[in-house]
Amino acid sequence: MAKVLLFGRLADVAGWRDAEIEATSLHALRDTLTATDSALGEALAGPGVQAAVDKVIVRGDAPLTATSEVAFLPPMSGG
Amino acid sequence: MSVQLQSEPFEPGGLLTAFAAGRTETGAVASFTGIARAEAGATTTLELEAYPGFTDAEIARIGAAAAERWGLQGWLVVHRVGKIAPGEPVVFVATASRHRREAFEACDHLMDYLKSRAPFWKKEHGPDGDRWIEPTDRDRTDAQRWET
Repeated sequence: MAKVLLFGRLADVAGWRDAEIEATSLHALRDTLTATDSALGEALAGPGVQAAVDKVIVRGDAPLTATSEVAFLPPMSGG
Repeated sequence: MSVQLQSEPFEPGGLLTAFAAGRTETGAVASFTGIARAEAGATTTLELEAYPGFTDAEIARIGAAAAERWGLQGWLVVHRVGKIAPGEPVVFVATASRHRREAFEACDHLMDYLKSRAPFWKKEHGPDGDRWIEPTDRDRTDAQRWET
């Protein structure tokens, strides 16, 4: 079960901020999230949304383990 | 050389005093304090979200690069997270160097980075509801001044 974190407007779209979700890769996780909530799937695929695995930005796919932490990050606004 | 993210209010004068204390080889300390604006009543609360462990690491990386570029003797970033009322300090940056130009420029650079690219997500709460804020064109142009 990967730990999934949503930030900014993504959490508003989904109605949750963190969850434990079964997935063996980042792509599989995106597919699961999109199948469960199409609005969230669309938001995750939106411009400038990045994914971080264990606090490192990942482009493309990445394997996930039971202890992985995946964060979906909308465009950063600065402070 | 440090980054602090905190939900509690801070007092910029105390931070500056502590930062400047005991420096016998520092000729210049520059600092900046950013304060939440009320926008004539349009914003009742500013809310900043950070990703602990990621946001502070990114800021530390930029701080270390600035320290290298301007030969800083020290730098400090204190940033609020969570809900912030108008009039409260949001961010404090201090830089120390042998001469003033380096301290001024590094402080300016760090603020441009913090305002445009630092991993925060910002929401304004107001009488007309909540809205997520993205960096302005001005913030982006300010940050581009430092690209060489």
